Amino acid sequence: MRRLINLRPSRQGTFFLGALPFAIVLVIYFVFSSLRLAENPADKLMPAFSTMGEAIVRVAAEPEQRSGTIVLWADTGASLVRLALGLGIATAIGLVFGILNGLIVYARVTLAPFVGVLSMVPPMALLPILFIMLGLEETSKVALIVIGVAPYLMRDLALRVEELPGEQLVKAQTLGASTWVIVARVVLPQILPRLIDGLRLSLGPAWLFLIAAEAIASTEGLGYRIFLMRRYMAMDVILPYVAWITFLAAISDWVLVQISRRAFGWAHLGRGA
Amino acid sequence: MATLRVENLWMEYGAQTVLERVNLDVADGAFCALVGASGCGKSTFLRLLLSQERPTRGTILMDGQPLPQDPGPDRGVVFQRYSVFPHLNAVQNVALALEIARAPGLGRLFGKARRAALSEAEVMLADVGLGHACGHYPAELSGGMQQRLAIAQALARKPRILLLDEPFGALDPGTRTQMHGLISRLWRETGMTVFMVTHDIREAFALGTRVLVFDKTRHDPQAPGAYGATITYDLPVDRSTSKVPSASEEKSAP
Repeated sequence: MRRLINLRPSRQGTFFLGALPFAIVLVIYFVFSSLRLAENPADKLMPAFSTMGEAIVRVAAEPEQRSGTIVLWADTGASLVRLALGLGIATAIGLVFGILNGLIVYARVTLAPFVGVLSMVPPMALLPILFIMLGLEETSKVALIVIGVAPYLMRDLALRVEELPGEQLVKAQTLGASTWVIVARVVLPQILPRLIDGLRLSLGPAWLFLIAAEAIASTEGLGYRIFLMRRYMAMDVILPYVAWITFLAAISDWVLVQISRRAFGWAHLGRGA
Repeated sequence: MATLRVENLWMEYGAQTVLERVNLDVADGAFCALVGASGCGKSTFLRLLLSQERPTRGTILMDGQPLPQDPGPDRGVVFQRYSVFPHLNAVQNVALALEIARAPGLGRLFGKARRAALSEAEVMLADVGLGHACGHYPAELSGGMQQRLAIAQALARKPRILLLDEPFGALDPGTRTQMHGLISRLWRETGMTVFMVTHDIREAFALGTRVLVFDKTRHDPQAPGAYGATITYDLPVDRSTSKVPSASEEKSAP
């Protein structure tokens, strides 16, 4: 009998085992949904897949009567714009202050305590303040994502910069590089793959803050829609929406991995030099 | 190409004295091998020559002038590890030195100037036996090849002093012998002054024109950090009889 730690599944086996939990969840849902619907055909808690299919067609293919827009795409567009703006601004802030804090001792001693305290403020607690000061429009939602994600990116990138071997910075100086050239040619290119890793880990929090902000005050957006549908207990819309949000998050994660592989192949060569 | 004078140098970290009363005169084109027990301060001395740290007391004069406060292109360096940039391939690593020299503001060349720098870098890589590995990233190179690359990169700015901090310490014996031949030839060709820290006494005598031994002359058993090391032996070596492989014996990269 071989030891368990040495057993490896085949390629087909890997695929099958990976798909198994998904299949189990779907089967369990189907069984319980059928049982509930058999007892009460008007049950809204666990709609049949066919009901959800009809709801998907309704929100994704037919224009809404009042506004004339197709709800799913309008919601997706609005949410993705907010998410992209928020993550973009957070990335810019994180890069600038991450490099400053990681490389320049004067910047670090000035800013690090402040950033440390700031990152302890729960972003959700700031949401009322943002709504009061920035209004209920787009700005406050984007600002919440920025506030929620930027401190993490900033501190993560500063740590990555500090992790660069001191020998590299000395070597660059002996080649005549100024502080600016060291930033542009040694530090920045080496932390860009780390930035992508940081962004991947930030996708979850970013979606959390987006949906929270949309749930509280919005007129469109994926988060707004699921909280609106909750009033009608419209699980047939909410469940596909949650699946769609999950799919979008997974796709953006996959895209970031591909960018990292293509653009920063050297970072995937295993151990660095 | 540069004379170096060290006058009454002390290096202390808090209550711990690492170096004391170091005096040294080094002529143009010397090859100084720095040896001594672990923690005796020879690497600290190298960092002081590099301006990576400042001495507590004393001065270091290069051609009669105090050493600049920052590391600069007049003093090249090869460390035991992490000397090259992992995000650039071999030829880009060497070309970076040329790019910074020619465009100090941006540190980047474009178009024809960039292609010229890259082809010059290829020639330099071929000279250290890496002509076949121009497109490889450091992570794809063996330890010996990485050090060849680090040497080519350090020499690209034609430093007047080359500082080597146990550059061959992590290499296997065969590779190390090839590297001895390489560094001897480059030293002869460029006429630069070399300081090399090493653990290997045979390496020191094989390569150096002078072997400087760092050791403590005073000991306080109650306070091991009270006294620092100094240069206890300064041994001239006659290179004409040494057994360094000549340039013809030096093989290409392993």
